Amino acid sequence: MSITLPANENSLHRPIQSVNLPGRVMTNPPPMKKARSGPLADRLFGLAAKSAAVFTLVVLAAILVSLTISAWPAIAKFGFGFLTSSTWDPVKEDFGGLVMIYGTVMTSAIALLIAVPVSFGIALFLTELSPAWLKRPLGTAIELLAAVPSIVYGMWGLLVFSPVLSTYVQQPLQKAFGDVPVLGSLFSGAPVGIGILSAGIILAIMIIPFIASVMRDVFEVTPTLLKESAYGLGATTWEVVSKVVLPYTKAGVVGGIMLGLGRAIGETMAITFVIGNFNQLNSLSLFEAANSITSALANEFAEAGEGLHQGALMYLGLVLFFITFVVLALSKILLAQLQKNEGAKT
Amino acid sequence: MKISLKLSLVGTVSALAMTLCGATFAQEITGAGATFPAPVYSKWASDYNKATGVKINYQSVGSGAGIKQIDSKTVDFGASDMPQTDEVLAKKGQMQFPAVIGGTVPVINVKGIAPGQMKLDGQVLGDIYLGKITKWNDPAIKALNPTLSLPDATIAPVRRADGSGTTFNFTNYLSRVHPEWKTKVGEGTAVNWPVGAGGKGNEGVAAFVNRLPNSIGYVEYSYVKQNKMTYTLLKNKDGVFVKPDETSFAAAAAGADWNKSFYQLITDQPGKNAWPISTATFILMQLKQDKPANATEVFKFFAWAYKNGDKTAAALDYVPMPDSVIGSIEKAWSKVTDASGKSVAIK
Repeated sequence: MSITLPANENSLHRPIQSVNLPGRVMTNPPPMKKARSGPLADRLFGLAAKSAAVFTLVVLAAILVSLTISAWPAIAKFGFGFLTSSTWDPVKEDFGGLVMIYGTVMTSAIALLIAVPVSFGIALFLTELSPAWLKRPLGTAIELLAAVPSIVYGMWGLLVFSPVLSTYVQQPLQKAFGDVPVLGSLFSGAPVGIGILSAGIILAIMIIPFIASVMRDVFEVTPTLLKESAYGLGATTWEVVSKVVLPYTKAGVVGGIMLGLGRAIGETMAITFVIGNFNQLNSLSLFEAANSITSALANEFAEAGEGLHQGALMYLGLVLFFITFVVLALSKILLAQLQKNEGAKT
Repeated sequence: MKISLKLSLVGTVSALAMTLCGATFAQEITGAGATFPAPVYSKWASDYNKATGVKINYQSVGSGAGIKQIDSKTVDFGASDMPQTDEVLAKKGQMQFPAVIGGTVPVINVKGIAPGQMKLDGQVLGDIYLGKITKWNDPAIKALNPTLSLPDATIAPVRRADGSGTTFNFTNYLSRVHPEWKTKVGEGTAVNWPVGAGGKGNEGVAAFVNRLPNSIGYVEYSYVKQNKMTYTLLKNKDGVFVKPDETSFAAAAAGADWNKSFYQLITDQPGKNAWPISTATFILMQLKQDKPANATEVFKFFAWAYKNGDKTAAALDYVPMPDSVIGSIEKAWSKVTDASGKSVAIK
């Protein structure tokens, strides 16, 4: 009302035109008033939202800067050689992060290798195959797994899981493949149930609920119309999933996997218990005790002396920051690539 | 209505202010550091609180963190399992004194061997942790234990993963008795272990050793007692195989010359009964006090603990300081002063 009013007033000055062409009234937009630029509350809200976004960036930058400053003694002394040296000697103050970096990357890789297929199976079963009465309890049970504190996984891993792994997996594997050249070296070392393999498996158990519930949620949003059409054309369940559901939900699936990977890389407590905290890289055996970046930080930070030891630990933190960043960037690139291919197909 | 509301508001505010003031007046002192003596400090603190009403807060954050906190003066006293050298203390303007004595004990999990049956010495222990002795039936172990039937099994060495005073004590002992250990690994709260899986904390190592067959580890004495672990005998400097207990720790402490300096590492001490991996745990304080009243309270607390806390310490498997040492400790307290240079020690 108030908007059309000035236009009418305006037209009153040229009565002939406006009377003859009533439609013209609307084509003359009213002049912009100052009030239109936004009331105070609107501007404040915009400002608040903007500062929240800027604040996150500032915090991120501040973390990066403070990490770099604290790590500087180690960066200045060891440079990039830190990344390739496997010596970690607090007594002689000679530090290299290769053992921890290798441990973090390897345990996360094993975790993903196990967790992705299992989670996919869980999500597939819950959305496509499960009888309706089982869906809810099973889904809730899996989500409950995500709520178990990581220290519980750690204690369970050390006291219950690793003896089982040692007796029923590691020792038979060593017996079977001990003499095979490449496989044998993967399974060498003392089969005590503590090391890279057990840490990877514990991590897998920890991240399965995350990946599975994300996958299930995205599988569920696939339009029934698409699935029914595929079934109608005679597709099997597997064909429907691989040719309809997965392409439709790939962004969500990749996102879920990245969420799990992020948790695996950052996990500390559970890893500390089962990885063995061993700072030597004697062999690439999966049974060998090792260390991860997070575990080294948690164990050594409280007692680390000023200077190089603390700097080296901070340097490790910086490396972890970088690894997480690379993983995130890779997932974005992967998604972009998938989307591009999507355009090419249709 | 309005006035009464205002009045009641003023009332609450002033009451709040009074409780706040009251809180600052009530004595409350804080300390932080070593985890090893934490049980006995906490017990002393609660007993002392009952007796005097003074509250002692002890945060067991680890020796390294304790040293950091006393350096930055965020606590009234720091605690460390590793003594600071006199030069370091002079540079920082701090003093230290020993509080209680304890011991680090090798524990094993070998089938058929009962607590106290296995005999080890520093050479063999060092060789095991260097990875040079890998089997329990190694001739060197057999030579020390001719009567035991030792299995042909690989030794799984276990050690602390986190930096700790226990590790310092253990590696300090090995460095003193094993020349190769000294050059290859050395001593410290964390070292570059050539072999072995790491457990987090004393409880982590204890869990590892209890679970892993044919393993060996080292833990604080109280963990041996509480978990009924299989401890070993160790050969001391006088060539006697001793059992780890309160008397053998006290015997090690008696050998040190506490009157000269409190920087005493009491590993590998002479004495027929001395346990070779004994340790004192230390309290650190600033020499110049910003809050002299708090420092006086700290001294009052420890004076009380030396006098009344012996039984508590013994019940928790710690060894109280010998009386002869307490005299020189209390003398050393007079060096702590307030800003004007006046001694804050109890008269």
